[in-house]
Amino acid sequence: MTRQAHEGESPASSGGRLMTGAEIFVRSLIAENVEVLFGYPGGATIGVYDALHDISDIKHVLTRHEQGATHAAEGYAKATGKPGVVLVTSGPGATNTVTGIADAMMDSIPLVVFTGQVPLRLIGNDAFQEADIVGITRPITKHNYLVRDVRELAQTIKEAFYIATSGRPGPVLVDLPKDVMAQKTHFEYPGSVTLQNYNPILEGNVRQIKKAADMINAASRPVLYVGGGTILSNAAAELTALARKLGCPVTTTLHGLGSFPENDPLAMGMLGMHGTWYSNMAVHFCDVLIAVGARFDDRVTGNVDAFAAEAKKIHIDIDPSAISKNVKVDVPIVGDVKSVLTALLELVNPLETKDWLKTIEAWKDEHPLRYRNGEEIRAQYVIQKLGEITEGNAIVVTDVGQHQMWAAQFFNFSHPRTHITSGGLGTMGFSLPAAMGAVFGRRDLPVISISGDGGFQMNSQEMATIVQHRLPIKIFVINNGFLGMVRQWQELFWRRRYSHVELANPDFVRLAEAYGCTAYRATRTEEVEVVLRKAMAHTDGPVFVEFVVAKEDNVYPMIPAGQTVNEMIDTPDPAPDGKQPAGDRIETVEKGKARKVSVHAPVPSNA
Amino acid sequence: MPPSQAMLNTQSPGPPDEKVKRHTISILVQNKFGAFNRIAGMFAAKGYNIDSLSVGPTEDEGVSRMTIVARGDDQIIEQITKQLNKLIDIVKVIDLTFESFVDRELVLVKVHATNDSRPEIMQIAEIFRAKVVDISPRTLTLEATGSQQKVDAIIKMLKPFSIKEMARTGRVALKREFQGEV
Ligand SMILES: Cc1cc2nc3c(=O)[nH]c(=O)nc-3n(C[C@H](O)[C@H](O)[C@H](O)COP(=O)(O)OP(=O)(O)OC[C@H]3O[C@@H](n4cnc5c(N)ncnc54)[C@H](O)[C@@H]3O)c2cc1C
Ligand SMILES: Cc1ncc(C[n+]2csc(CCOP(=O)(O)OP(=O)(O)O)c2C)c(N)n1
Ligand SMILES: [Mg+2]
Repeated sequence: MTRQAHEGESPASSGGRLMTGAEIFVRSLIAENVEVLFGYPGGATIGVYDALHDISDIKHVLTRHEQGATHAAEGYAKATGKPGVVLVTSGPGATNTVTGIADAMMDSIPLVVFTGQVPLRLIGNDAFQEADIVGITRPITKHNYLVRDVRELAQTIKEAFYIATSGRPGPVLVDLPKDVMAQKTHFEYPGSVTLQNYNPILEGNVRQIKKAADMINAASRPVLYVGGGTILSNAAAELTALARKLGCPVTTTLHGLGSFPENDPLAMGMLGMHGTWYSNMAVHFCDVLIAVGARFDDRVTGNVDAFAAEAKKIHIDIDPSAISKNVKVDVPIVGDVKSVLTALLELVNPLETKDWLKTIEAWKDEHPLRYRNGEEIRAQYVIQKLGEITEGNAIVVTDVGQHQMWAAQFFNFSHPRTHITSGGLGTMGFSLPAAMGAVFGRRDLPVISISGDGGFQMNSQEMATIVQHRLPIKIFVINNGFLGMVRQWQELFWRRRYSHVELANPDFVRLAEAYGCTAYRATRTEEVEVVLRKAMAHTDGPVFVEFVVAKEDNVYPMIPAGQTVNEMIDTPDPAPDGKQPAGDRIETVEKGKARKVSVHAPVPSNA
Repeated sequence: MPPSQAMLNTQSPGPPDEKVKRHTISILVQNKFGAFNRIAGMFAAKGYNIDSLSVGPTEDEGVSRMTIVARGDDQIIEQITKQLNKLIDIVKVIDLTFESFVDRELVLVKVHATNDSRPEIMQIAEIFRAKVVDISPRTLTLEATGSQQKVDAIIKMLKPFSIKEMARTGRVALKREFQGEV
């Protein structure tokens, strides 16, 4: 804060001085310890931007699109656990945030989005740049507000941050009419909030926890099914302790990746549509399924009636409405994962699971993750190598599509908050801005954005922001020349009729260079490791790499939508058609084991 | 079903399902900007069926009561109450179906009346203790109050005379305090 020193003023109070809404807004953000604000100005917020002009406590990042701002705030929130904050203007500025808000709602990400609004007296008049953003975002926010009086502003902001970050986190939108922000009042930031009917339950019911413990203690084939709630609750350590104490195998959802180290012998990797063969088998045949901060999404369960049908189910979730929404469970526990697991740890005994683990081991041997490797680059290989080079010490932000699934399968995530992706909404264009947001919150680990050639082009404008701030991001584009994931479905389920999935792409390297970014391209497998090492060693701002990969590869295993493990498709055997190019080989990777085959590509001197 | 209520229906009524039951849900909600939209919108967004919805002030100035009659199996009704409880502006949600409650609905029916049919209509009105609230050479407007079944019954009786217009309030309900036989 550079302007100060009025009588009786403190950071959370204006003393006797009257402040404008705009000033109150800024002071409230400072009181909330907001360190970075992603935004884009316009007519309705020009007063607020004026109040931001002299402020050094908050870093404002001018993105190149409001969607970019919203995803950046999501990336920041996922990487740090703190709320992401966005400020945009009315009308188009506000509507451009809709996708990011919906994404945050689906993935339980704490966001506070401030939108400018036309003056109160003009609302409803089809005024210039008016949009009913409160109405538009009602179903995709945890809560939203229209501030109608400057005297409500500080209280509303306090509530917005409280609601966004407590219980099951989510996005909250606050609409700020231009005239309200010009009105004056005393500023006093509330110390705490109480809301009549909003009191998230943190401690689990003791009797339910006891019931769960008894059920677990009687299990012989238990499985821990771990979701994003474990990471939101910062409970990776408790989860790991529980798994190891029980000797219980662990599978995670896409959002649970990182909550359990994937090199641990108990790790089975991701479950679900593109999960490992063995995790899906283990869930199918388990006798007790312990769901920890996971929401039985249809990408995980497939046919819900057949999902772990024989198993007794325990479900720990902070949101009562998540319980028995898709799958009926036997022991629901409403509460915070960390607190419930801590209580549970005391009550459970080490289990005799040797036979069960042996069964799983056999599945791992028979059906490891596999891919075909050769001269042509395989995306799986790029990711596997990246995992090896970084040893899992990186924040990987993926986009949506085949590369996203391969990253989930082959990177071997081992630390919480190192895997960031759009799961629930599946928003292409998420990765680049989200990685940018993550960097603003985390400088302890390298941040890597991985996109497909399709998704990269949905928010590539943020290259400008990244270069402007010289952000140390590794930007990888997996270029298969296709909207690969859709192409895969067309190949497998629509008789290979490729309808509008082929991409005519720009020269990505020159595009990156035009933004002022160092850029490389790899086109052969032997170049991959060298380029990756070069990119990881790059210290001067961002670095871009295009990997030109096999055009028509598929993600396996796959359980087709709505089906069961009986319909699970594993990686086809090597070249059943006999058309396998000479020199190709099958790489296998198992979770919880050292890799069986590792490729040592000859290092080309010119890469 | 009157069109105003039909509009609230987000799914066409499917084949009769044994497990589907009608629930009367009473909601106390803070009088905040957009709060009713939030509730109605939640029903639409989640695809839940509403048979009727009524809203009005309560003894507390800052709070309104909404009475919603919704249909669904146990799992859907459980989700409805959970989703309602998630809305920040809501003070309290009670599924009255699990309690003993008193409920009433009011209907205004404008029915076609001729010199011949008028006495018969008046007679029906008397049986249902309905009041005549408007009269013209060609119409009679009746006001009837009672349980939803009673309102359904008078409407059924009046149908043959040709109903020109009708307005129903939807059910309002309160938990019954008197626990004995009435
Ligand atoms: C192309 C594509 C393919 C996909 N394929 C798969 C797949 O094969 N496998 C897969 O798993 N996913 C897949 N997904 C992702 C999937 O759509 C869902 O987003 C994901 O499975 C949901 O993860 P989750 O169950 O961990 O729930 P999240 O969305 O992470 O929700 C977290 C849950 O935890 C609860 N919670 C939050 N905080 C706490 C707390 N403090 N304490 C307790 N509970 C808390 C919440 O209420 C919620 O129920 C895919 C997505 C895409 C785009
Ligand atoms: C905004 C948006 N539009 C459409 C889709 C549907 N979709 C899912 S994956 C996919 C293909 C992605 O292609 P690309 O980015 O090249 O990644 P790849 O699958 O090839 O790795 C599409 C179009 C989506 N998820 N998001
Ligand atoms: Mg692609």
